[in-house]
Amino acid sequence: MEIPYTVTARPDTGLWNAKVGIWLFLASEVMLFGGLFSAYIFLRLDAEPGYWPHGLLNVPVGTGNTAILIASSVTVVLAWAALKMRQFTRYKIYMGITILCGVAFLVVKLAYEWPQKFEHFGAYIKPSALEKYEPYLGNKHLLSEGLPPRVEITGHLHNHEALHDASIKDYEVGLDPIYTDPTNPKMDRPHFLYVPPTEKIAHIDKADVDRATMFLPTHNTYFATYFTITGLHGLHVLGGVIVFTYLWLPFGSRLYRQNPEHLANRVEVAGLFWHFVDLVWIFVFPLFYLL
Amino acid sequence: MSLKGFHIVFITFSTLLAFGIGVWCLWINSMGATSSYVVGAILSFASAIVLIIYGCWFWRKMKRLRLI
Repeated sequence: MEIPYTVTARPDTGLWNAKVGIWLFLASEVMLFGGLFSAYIFLRLDAEPGYWPHGLLNVPVGTGNTAILIASSVTVVLAWAALKMRQFTRYKIYMGITILCGVAFLVVKLAYEWPQKFEHFGAYIKPSALEKYEPYLGNKHLLSEGLPPRVEITGHLHNHEALHDASIKDYEVGLDPIYTDPTNPKMDRPHFLYVPPTEKIAHIDKADVDRATMFLPTHNTYFATYFTITGLHGLHVLGGVIVFTYLWLPFGSRLYRQNPEHLANRVEVAGLFWHFVDLVWIFVFPLFYLL
Repeated sequence: MSLKGFHIVFITFSTLLAFGIGVWCLWINSMGATSSYVVGAILSFASAIVLIIYGCWFWRKMKRLRLI
């Protein structure tokens, strides 16, 4: 039995089946990501001064990933246009580039950005102990400038065993540059370009710490929302890459020989999904990396 | 909405983002950051112009091919 309206539009709706399906699916996706973005906004608005981190993500890398996704949206639409013009070789080239862009995005995210976070350490200082760590925090200077205080010391943890061993009484941290010269006006604002930890080491007593972990989703609400939204987005990118690869491999050639318009419709639907995923990133990038 | 219509919407948002990044770079630079932010601003504004040119080219191409 042949399924109707896979190539031609239904007379009453003017749409073929898959287009109705993808827009219903994208509507549910809007609600999913909309809920997560709302959670991010409310958590951020309710954060105490100093408790919402800034400048912890690498902006040039994020910008590069944004450019990769925008380029992939261009190539997927060119792949679809090539199919409409019955230029199968060009379709294969453009679709191949789209797949490569998707893979490159995931590699940067999973092999560079996330691991870099997992190796970073942060310790929230108890309010009663902030004075003791003033040489690292520089809060009196920040107060005089009308800026929010620092309540966390971040850097590279040298004694990882301290995270689990109760007998070790302090954390040995190779400080991020901002804590080596905290009253320098150049350190008043967060660094958005990657700066490696310094050689200067601070010993932070566990008794003075509210909580201390690596930059994992459990570290704070910022990283909880960051890893949730970018992780979910990454899964969508992976899904798109799998679908594109399916349409690119011999299955695509076979369908093209049988009915090229059917393949063009499938590529259009996958392209709509891909554009939605890229559009989500257009909002994720400024929210997490810049603001 | 078709793929070409959604693509135009996407390119519009991308252009706005590129302009936004440029303005953000200038804002950060005005607070005493390194001059690399000025380079970032120039690149962002250039990207926004490229995206506008591409958007116009895409629109004309789709019209020429009668895909719009």
